[in-house]
Amino acid sequence: MEIRPILSTLRRHKLTAVLLTMQVALTCAIVCNVAFMVANRMRQVSLPSGLDESELSVIHSTDIGQDAEKNPWAQHEADLAALRAIPGVESVVAVSYALPLNKNESSYGTCPSKQALDRAMQVMSIHGTDCIEPSVYNGSPGLIAALGLNLVAGRDFRADEYVLGQKTPPVAIISSGLAQHLFPGQNALGKELYVGHRIIRVVGVVGTLLRPNLHGPGTNYDSMIWPQKPDSPGSDYVLRSAPQDRQGILQAAKTALLKVNPSRIIDPKYMQTYTQIRAQYFQRDTTMIGLLIASALGLLFVTALGITGLANFWVGQRTRSIGIRRAIGATRGDILRYFQTENFLIVTFGVVLGVILAIGLNLLLMKHYELPRLPLWYLPIGAAALWLLGQLSVLAPALRASNVPPVVATRSV
Amino acid sequence: MFGYYLDLALRSLKRTPVLTALMVLAIGLGIGASMTMLTVLHVMTEDPLPGRSAHLYTPHLDPLPINFKTDPLGTNPNQNLTWPDAMALLQAHRAVRQAAMAGGSVLVWPQRIDLQPFYVDGRYTTHAFFAMFGVSFIKGSGWTDADDQASAHVVVLAETLARKLFGTVDAVGRTVRLGTLDYRVIGVTTDWAPKPLFYADASAKFYSDADQFFLPLSDVLDSKRLDGDLRISGNISGWSTSNGDDLRDPSTTWIQFWAKLDTPPQVTAYQRFLVDYSAEQKSLGRYQRPSTNAELYSLMGRLRHENLVPDDVKLQMWLALGFLGVAMLNIVALLLAKFMRRSGEISVRRAMGARKRDVFVQFGIESALVGVAGGLLGLGIAQFGLWSIRHRPDDYARLAKMDPSMLVGTVLLAIAVSVLAGMLPAWRACRVPPALQLKTL
Repeated sequence: MEIRPILSTLRRHKLTAVLLTMQVALTCAIVCNVAFMVANRMRQVSLPSGLDESELSVIHSTDIGQDAEKNPWAQHEADLAALRAIPGVESVVAVSYALPLNKNESSYGTCPSKQALDRAMQVMSIHGTDCIEPSVYNGSPGLIAALGLNLVAGRDFRADEYVLGQKTPPVAIISSGLAQHLFPGQNALGKELYVGHRIIRVVGVVGTLLRPNLHGPGTNYDSMIWPQKPDSPGSDYVLRSAPQDRQGILQAAKTALLKVNPSRIIDPKYMQTYTQIRAQYFQRDTTMIGLLIASALGLLFVTALGITGLANFWVGQRTRSIGIRRAIGATRGDILRYFQTENFLIVTFGVVLGVILAIGLNLLLMKHYELPRLPLWYLPIGAAALWLLGQLSVLAPALRASNVPPVVATRSV
Repeated sequence: MFGYYLDLALRSLKRTPVLTALMVLAIGLGIGASMTMLTVLHVMTEDPLPGRSAHLYTPHLDPLPINFKTDPLGTNPNQNLTWPDAMALLQAHRAVRQAAMAGGSVLVWPQRIDLQPFYVDGRYTTHAFFAMFGVSFIKGSGWTDADDQASAHVVVLAETLARKLFGTVDAVGRTVRLGTLDYRVIGVTTDWAPKPLFYADASAKFYSDADQFFLPLSDVLDSKRLDGDLRISGNISGWSTSNGDDLRDPSTTWIQFWAKLDTPPQVTAYQRFLVDYSAEQKSLGRYQRPSTNAELYSLMGRLRHENLVPDDVKLQMWLALGFLGVAMLNIVALLLAKFMRRSGEISVRRAMGARKRDVFVQFGIESALVGVAGGLLGLGIAQFGLWSIRHRPDDYARLAKMDPSMLVGTVLLAIAVSVLAGMLPAWRACRVPPALQLKTL
């Protein structure tokens, strides 16, 4: 296909061609970055927590009776027994407040050695030391099994290791993420953790265990579990059951708890299946994913509309010259290919410009919105998508052009 | 002539109905999305106390040890004040009015038997809070300096809570049980929730939290700080290992402080006072950092500093504006091609005596029609967008409404967009030379 005549035609419609090129460029730049943002958020939303989320539900209760402060654990034990008796409940545990993705976090500066601790004390901060700040989970005996955590090394807690409420336990089970960060390349089992001035021995390692709040890709899985029974009037009960029973079991749990002790607050807002807890945590991200996809599709649609519309005008405008070309021997295929090549050229200019714009836009987003760098393989995919879009949108007008009969040449206008 | 051009434009648009509809749709979507996000941004950055905000200031002190590593991204202990510092500023009386405060929640025991006990959010503060921020009372009044000193068991309720507890706003003199103690109601205010709740601690939901009760700040000192009757809901952070449970600890911050300063000299004087105070504390050995770290923020300056608008909202706004930009480019290109296709018609009109200006106006009207139709559609789409935002669980969701200024803004944007989009094609059309085109006919 001869390109020169196409270029010279485009030169006569310079302004329109430039506008269309710019539109393709902007669309390419925005769509590449939007696709990247969608991929990032998708990854975020689907981060595994390590829990058997589909079988878990959580109910929160706060004892407000006169004696609520006196012996909360005794109350929890009575509550647990009542909850266990609900048909369909496979297991139930009480935790103080922290659970993956529920946003209630407690974390302690934790050091792998005495030297690291001393250094952190000296600068009054864990920044720049070997210490990190993992989330701490606690709960009544049976937590690991009830949550469905995967114990990859060591053992579960023994009954005599459990402490009450605010006391620090002698042992802990840590996540494999935390094990790698605190003791890189070593076996964490049996190691001692320096948590403030307390020393805690690692007796087990669980696989994945996400934090209540996500702070960044590097620290999302730094967590540990303490053998600590909840000992305050407010507590979360985690119930395990068949996935479809969860809603019913939450209602039954509320009734059962109020039967054990009516002077308590159970807010329906804090009666949730784990699916709801996850959806609530990522609510903003899911909205954003929807908006991003909608706007990317909208942009592509508008650009396709622009290409089709413009090609339609050009075909109409050039009907006579198409007729002449047909009359002097051009085949239908020649005409079809002419418009396809013309579109290909415009989109190519646009895409080249768009790729540069996409990188620039990404740099801007990295600077202002802490977005990671755009992987370069997004660019050829974005370019290919626009080429395909261009060819599809020009097809109908080009086919119409190729159907212009040669006889048009003999008519005046 | 205008009527005639309008008629011409309508005819021309009707000749390509599908294309016209799609152009209007594209521009409508662009304007609708942009106005939705601009409105959200507008309501989030609005002045929470118009008329008063210009005179309100909040001091910032830096009592952190010299070797304390602050986290540049996170919240640092020096964002709030310690009890001793707040009391010193309060007792110095250097501002026209001043108040210390902290957010909290209490368990309310209603006397009505049909109501279960419930938690409610409010504020612990000192007596000048009401006059300084202009909280208006329906019944009764706030408490006095003496009540502050005596940790009096008095409470001011907001209208909603008063109605909920007593069924009437006339609750003054009645008693309400908060936690384990009884408090005497001395005033009922109209519902009070500046948007954003500028004086709240960084952990607050600035756009949806509201204060339902007010208690003297000194009352919380006797309460256990986390599990007690009067809980503090903001950040309590410290840098000493020996602070225990005592809120009076000089290395535990949890208090917000606001001052009313009417004139620029008062502002500079107060700034100097903060630096002097820091220097004094440094000479006493309590502070270690430079006394010039002490700062005074204006209300709007403070809000800018806090950066309350989430990044997602800003990204959504840029995305919407990008969409509008692409839609506009699209309209310009299409109108240009459409007008140039009618070069023959233009050249005939020109040859018959139409001035350039006439051609420009004729085609300008055609593109303005597309813009106005798109703007109207955009207004509808923006209302729909805001409606759907209001039904989302976000903190700011309920605020997403268009006020008159944004309504006018939308109309202006639509006009600007249509004029911008129509200008270039109309200008090109009016430059079609008459003679040349006649010759080719």
